[in-house]
Amino acid sequence: MTALPNPPVLQERGQREVFCGLTGIIWLHRKIQDAFFLVVGSRTCAHLIQSAAGVMIFAEPRFATAIIEERDLAGMADMNEELDKAVTRLLERRPDIRLLFLVGSCPSEVIKLDLSRAALRLSRDHSPRVRILSYSGSGIETTFTQGEDACLASLVSELPASEDRSLLVVGALADVVEDQFKRIFDDLGIGPVHFLPPRRAADLPGIGPGTSFLLAQPFLAETARLLEQRGAIRLSAPFPLGAEGTTAWLKAAASAWNVEPERFERVVSPCRERSRAALARFRSDLAGKRVFFFPDSQLEIPIARFLATELSMQLIEVGTPYLHRAHLAEELALLPPGTQLSEGQHVERQLDRCRAAQPDITVCGLGLANPLEAEGLTTKWSIELLFTPIHGYEQASDLAGLFARPLRRSLSLVA
Amino acid sequence: MQLTLWTYEAPPHVGAMRIATAMEGVHYVLHAPQGDTYADLLFTMIERRPKRPPVTYTTFQARDLGGDTAELFKTAVAEAYERFQPQAILVGASCTAELIQDDPGGLAQALNLPVPVIPLELPAYQKKENWGAAETFYRLVRALADPACPRHTGSRPRCNLLGPTALGFRHRDDITEITGLLDRIGIDIGVVAPMGACPADLARLGEADFNIVLYPEIANTAAQWLQKTFRQPTVKTVPIGVGATRDFIAEVADVAGIEVPAELVAGSSRLPWYSHSVDSTYLTGKRVFIFGDASHAIAAARIAHAELGFKVVGLGTYSREMAREVRDAATHYGIEALITDDYLEVESRVSELQPDLVLGTQMERHIAKRLGIPCAVISAPVHVQDFPARYSPQMGFEGANVIFDAWVHPLMMGLEEHLLAMFRDDFEFHGEAAPSHLGHPVSVSPVVPETVAEVADSDDTDWAPDAERELRKIPFFVRGKARRNTERFAREQGIARITIETLYHAKAHFSSQH
Repeated sequence: MTALPNPPVLQERGQREVFCGLTGIIWLHRKIQDAFFLVVGSRTCAHLIQSAAGVMIFAEPRFATAIIEERDLAGMADMNEELDKAVTRLLERRPDIRLLFLVGSCPSEVIKLDLSRAALRLSRDHSPRVRILSYSGSGIETTFTQGEDACLASLVSELPASEDRSLLVVGALADVVEDQFKRIFDDLGIGPVHFLPPRRAADLPGIGPGTSFLLAQPFLAETARLLEQRGAIRLSAPFPLGAEGTTAWLKAAASAWNVEPERFERVVSPCRERSRAALARFRSDLAGKRVFFFPDSQLEIPIARFLATELSMQLIEVGTPYLHRAHLAEELALLPPGTQLSEGQHVERQLDRCRAAQPDITVCGLGLANPLEAEGLTTKWSIELLFTPIHGYEQASDLAGLFARPLRRSLSLVA
Repeated sequence: MQLTLWTYEAPPHVGAMRIATAMEGVHYVLHAPQGDTYADLLFTMIERRPKRPPVTYTTFQARDLGGDTAELFKTAVAEAYERFQPQAILVGASCTAELIQDDPGGLAQALNLPVPVIPLELPAYQKKENWGAAETFYRLVRALADPACPRHTGSRPRCNLLGPTALGFRHRDDITEITGLLDRIGIDIGVVAPMGACPADLARLGEADFNIVLYPEIANTAAQWLQKTFRQPTVKTVPIGVGATRDFIAEVADVAGIEVPAELVAGSSRLPWYSHSVDSTYLTGKRVFIFGDASHAIAAARIAHAELGFKVVGLGTYSREMAREVRDAATHYGIEALITDDYLEVESRVSELQPDLVLGTQMERHIAKRLGIPCAVISAPVHVQDFPARYSPQMGFEGANVIFDAWVHPLMMGLEEHLLAMFRDDFEFHGEAAPSHLGHPVSVSPVVPETVAEVADSDDTDWAPDAERELRKIPFFVRGKARRNTERFAREQGIARITIETLYHAKAHFSSQH
């Protein structure tokens, strides 16, 4: 085994201005269309999700909260019976649900309500119509995108066993991006290719020792671990962000499938050239600009690598909520030497560093974005990086555009 | 355990945040797990505030639970004091911290800070946002109002305006409207609180002759205490609607012992004439369902019934603290009030009643969409679009103007309604279509208008079927532009047949220009 790159990382503890894993529901409910997410938690949990998603008007909401009440805590009500009642009521109202996730929260974890047993019990009662799984999206255990990791990890044991040789792409991607990758893999003769999560609950891919998997997202530590436990092999690669990141990511699969280098070049280079050309037009906006990342999603390091290596931006600090050194090894090797990384957060001190550095663009959450704008700093709100197709060749310029737009805007607006 | 699709109120600590954020010089240290900082977004995004809320969170994680979370809390309080130098500190727990029972009040007192430290007991599994706000405001007023404060010496009567907070539905403009109204009738404002007030302002609450409670859900408790402590009478009429505003002026005049010239009252709002004009005749007897916080719901019912000529077929509130007032109001309209915080119960009542118009909260918008009923928002909870840039009070005479426009807008315009009744099967105007003045056919399948528009825009360029399918993956609101760009690109490059490759070549070509 080769030594992992070991760049200096500033470890910080203090107030963390980040989302909890429940937030993953906001995009997962769109990706898996026949799934429903039932949070078992407090009014705070319910309020979090509706504050984020409630600006859309839902005729049929695809998430809800079973709110723990005083009588549940006082033991006056049997919490398992109460949960069963809530689930039954929900399934009566929504007969179209095929997959139900019971999502744990801080309160349910602290009082040690066993949702995995509840999921088993309820699955028995409601099978075969509805499959019921559980995972934790609590803030004490998960940060933002780790909610997706926990959700996908809960799906791993449900995947049917298969001995066949196949490629699994792991991580929720925009539908259009999935289709692009599928076409490229087809042209390379790599396949069959499956995606986790699937678009419908019934389409779970098979898995076994013949499965190789590529992580499309950097925040899938637990999912990867469980996939490996079932015999699947992880293909190490940087993440498919930017023209070069995407090429290296595809290359990892191509090597595993022994694709001839000429064939790889023939298939990939038109896309790569097109992507490079589209990116070139952003260079005048972005080259030399200084960027500061607050921790949010674990996408910070791959995106910083892309901005530095493909658009010549300068990295002041790259914060990440959690650094998985093995999964990020290829990324870390590509970062400009001496890049200041930070893991964890003390938000006030980090704000002090950010203000002192006066970056050209600051990547941060929505709790900080407008306040920093009001102080005269240009910001890019980070959650949009999860809600926009940014992976693959055709989206590389969109990803660059996400950073160019606030800069162009601040230049074009009259004070 | 309560199955909750949508919740009308946040947990009580968000109510406390609304008070702290509304004020100046107050800091709130909240014992809470990582992730609860989402609440900052309510203020920075939904209300679009340019400053971070004055809240420090401990954001403990699972690994901290094995250690000393109490120590974590003390450090957070000490650091917050040192950094922000507030004039008063609120300390409390969120729902998860309540379970681990670290006693924030006791821990903070032990630090012996040189400013008032006010502990908040907000039972997160029993109480909710408005209760939390009311309790926090009351605790602050009790702790900070100076009992030795002398009455003012000015010649005009003076009052305090109590209740406006951060994240309040139209609180910003209601204050302006009511301040202007009071000034015109000869009354000065002492302190507006909590919005814009600092601890020193709360100290001089006793200077005023009386208090006006604009938002009873938030300020009733504090006003009762002030009445007892400073013998300040409380004005309780909520001035939403023309009639209520007139009653409010009469009550204020009575409490202040002044005469109000009649011309200040008559003709100050356009609502009465707009509602009398013949164009409004078709509004008569429209069946309306009303739901919201208690004060906005009660006010809305009176306007709907007496000022717009609607028939109130349903009235309800999620404010259990003011259930009695809503029940009394409902009796007046010959109906039974719906007192619930269960969204599903509200949904089934609306579905049963099938009203012509729903006046409610952001949550009733979901119900109205599902049932295809016009809807206007009259009360929190609301989302970003109900914190508008323009002047949009609900209170006073201008508030009545705003209300007339906002409530009538979602209804089918008179002529269109008539023609629909005569000719039912028109391809454009039909029963399933939304009112045409709303501009887009919301309740028909989006495929229909889109195809028409796209065919009209498209020239006769040849699209390969898979490219056409790929184009469909682009969100419909930018699809037209993508189609036009691709065709332009194909023409410029002399490409006869558009393939997926062409589509992406064009995308790459134009992508830096948007």
